[in-house]
Amino acid sequence: MERVGGLAAMVRSALPLLGVVGLAVLMQFGLKPLLGEGGSFYSKLLLDIGINAMLAVSLTMVNGFTGQFSIGHAAFMAVGAYTAAILTYYGSAYAVGGEVFADAGVQGGLVSTMLTERVREDGVAVAWVTRSDLLFAGALFAGGLVAAVCGWVVGLPSLRLKGDYLAIVTLGFGEVVRVLIQSQTADVLYTVEEIKEAPVVGVAQMFATRSEEWVAPLWLRAGGSLGFSGLPFYTSLFWVFLWCGLTMVVAYRIKNSTYGRAFLSIREDEIAAEAMGVNTTRYKVRAFVLAAFFAGVAGGLFAHTSGVQLNAGELGFVKSFDIIIMVVLGGLGSISGAALAAVIVTLLPEALRDPPSLLFPMGEGDGASFFPWSLIVLGVVGTAVWWRAERKVRAVLVLLVTVLAWEALRYGARKAQVDLSDYRNVMYALALILMMILRPRGLLGVGEVWDRRKPKVGTQPKVGTRPGATL
Amino acid sequence: MSEREVILEVGGVSKSFGGLKAVQDFGLTLAKGDLQGLIGPNGAGKTTVFNLLTGVYGPDVGDIRLGGVRINGLRPHRINGLGLARTFQNIRLFGELSVLDNVKLARHVRVRHSMLASVLRTAGSVNEETEIEDRAMELLRLFDLADRAHEDARSLPYGDQRRLEIARAMATDPKVLLLDEPAAGMNPQEKVEVAGLIRRVRDEFGMAVLLIEHDMGLVMKICEKITVLDYGKVIASGAPGVVRNDPKVIEAYLGVEDT
Repeated sequence: MERVGGLAAMVRSALPLLGVVGLAVLMQFGLKPLLGEGGSFYSKLLLDIGINAMLAVSLTMVNGFTGQFSIGHAAFMAVGAYTAAILTYYGSAYAVGGEVFADAGVQGGLVSTMLTERVREDGVAVAWVTRSDLLFAGALFAGGLVAAVCGWVVGLPSLRLKGDYLAIVTLGFGEVVRVLIQSQTADVLYTVEEIKEAPVVGVAQMFATRSEEWVAPLWLRAGGSLGFSGLPFYTSLFWVFLWCGLTMVVAYRIKNSTYGRAFLSIREDEIAAEAMGVNTTRYKVRAFVLAAFFAGVAGGLFAHTSGVQLNAGELGFVKSFDIIIMVVLGGLGSISGAALAAVIVTLLPEALRDPPSLLFPMGEGDGASFFPWSLIVLGVVGTAVWWRAERKVRAVLVLLVTVLAWEALRYGARKAQVDLSDYRNVMYALALILMMILRPRGLLGVGEVWDRRKPKVGTQPKVGTRPGATL
Repeated sequence: MSEREVILEVGGVSKSFGGLKAVQDFGLTLAKGDLQGLIGPNGAGKTTVFNLLTGVYGPDVGDIRLGGVRINGLRPHRINGLGLARTFQNIRLFGELSVLDNVKLARHVRVRHSMLASVLRTAGSVNEETEIEDRAMELLRLFDLADRAHEDARSLPYGDQRRLEIARAMATDPKVLLLDEPAAGMNPQEKVEVAGLIRRVRDEFGMAVLLIEHDMGLVMKICEKITVLDYGKVIASGAPGVVRNDPKVIEAYLGVEDT
């Protein structure tokens, strides 16, 4: 039998992680400058894609792997977001000192800002990593951990509940989190001077100042229903794709290990899994904890994105459903499918703002800007369909008919002087319905993009898929 | 037989569901290398006995000992870990997993590395995964399923699914194997093959096998001892020749002649 030594395993284990770091660095320092002037819109889209992919892949661990139907995933995101936000907002006063949040965005180093130049406009050289970056990294991790604890708490009822009943519990949890954050935290945020005076540990303060006016501890002043404003914009392509890649590597490694098989066996048949020695309750809870951790980190990233005003109201069940759409669209249990669906679900509504032509260049403001790209996208999609589909001709025909129907719709709309972008939400919904009709088991089923197709019965290679598999 | 090591010892086990006494005062002893049968008319409580042994239900009273350890009321995965594996009357494979993954999953209960090691892909975890795969392929070859290793389990023909269930149960390294109607729905040729397979499993791995089966020919042919249940009670127990001629057994199966 082929055995792997410690060093070889370490190298093999580290390579994908280094690849993830490389990707993150490339996104931040390679791609970001290329986007050039006005690139912030595309950067924002990329950030959204990365964060959504993280959420979708993490939810895949619960809904896809173990088959537990959780519809409160955004709540973990909210918990992580608020934890990280409180830590960076109030923590920066201690860690960095001074007037931090007004100008906090530029307190971060190059990895944490949308800046791409080593030297800022005002001539100040920017460090790669500053103390704020470390604070941010720690806050993200802490957000993940707190969310993971919540995941454990929600995972517990899943021991006794199945299907719809569990779904109701997770939905309820999500709403409880949202309402608690909105109603129980104070609107007024502390100022820097107050932070220095204010209690770090709220409970002790509550007892100490029993008779006096109650002073809200730091963690209870989080913006309330108005939202948590003034957060530093630390989230950059580097951080998002670092964590997104990490999430995918972890998910992939779990899926392709004995623990992944244990997760999947619960989805397939809980009774049989238990009879085959799988501690089903333990793994269901673990799935929740893991998923919650990564959702919490994604929440932290979301909270510190430029242009986002953190508000628990936006992290309610609508957001949870968005994540579920991605997971189901990608194929329950498929990691790359969830990521792919995250890309589609993020880009589609944006693309439909100015409904693009796929085949023809047209006049200004008529989706023309997308023209040369559309051919590339069509080429990639067509190749992928041809490569993956079982009935190739049928699949390509469907694709062709869809494209032609789209062009016909655009042509008709122009003739009738209807602005298609008015109907973008309708079209988005219809596109989702269409995709689910064409691929009822999701875009990729349970498999991954790179999986070879399952050989037809009788034509597959004989045993011994790995060279080392000998008796 | 008596000097062989006793593995499974069941004594005085009863289970009621509401007013229904599903199993009453059930007893059984299984030694290493035994191949015993559990028969009875429909609804006699055979599968309930299996569910009691494997921990799906806890017995109301009585004692179940596996290798000297009392296992009453333990969760099924714990009992499986202690060395008792089963197949199901209505096949319960992991349909969307490959044939190979079904068997590999069953090795999970013997896995020594942690989930963190899996995520970090430590040398220990990688080597153990290789071991798991090798062991699973070995079992698939033994059960003549190796060339279907990468198909979805649910795409297998019925007879192969039954065999795969046995292979999967074997992969947990059990001391006792419980087979719930392993030959149900098979044609005579397949039944002969299954009978041969069960014997081989017993001879090569030296485990104790207890099987529920409706096919009397099969049971009488391969089992050394048979326990007959009717209305949750053991009505006869002994060698096939003895049980077959027991008037109570004949009565249970054929009814009493009106006189």
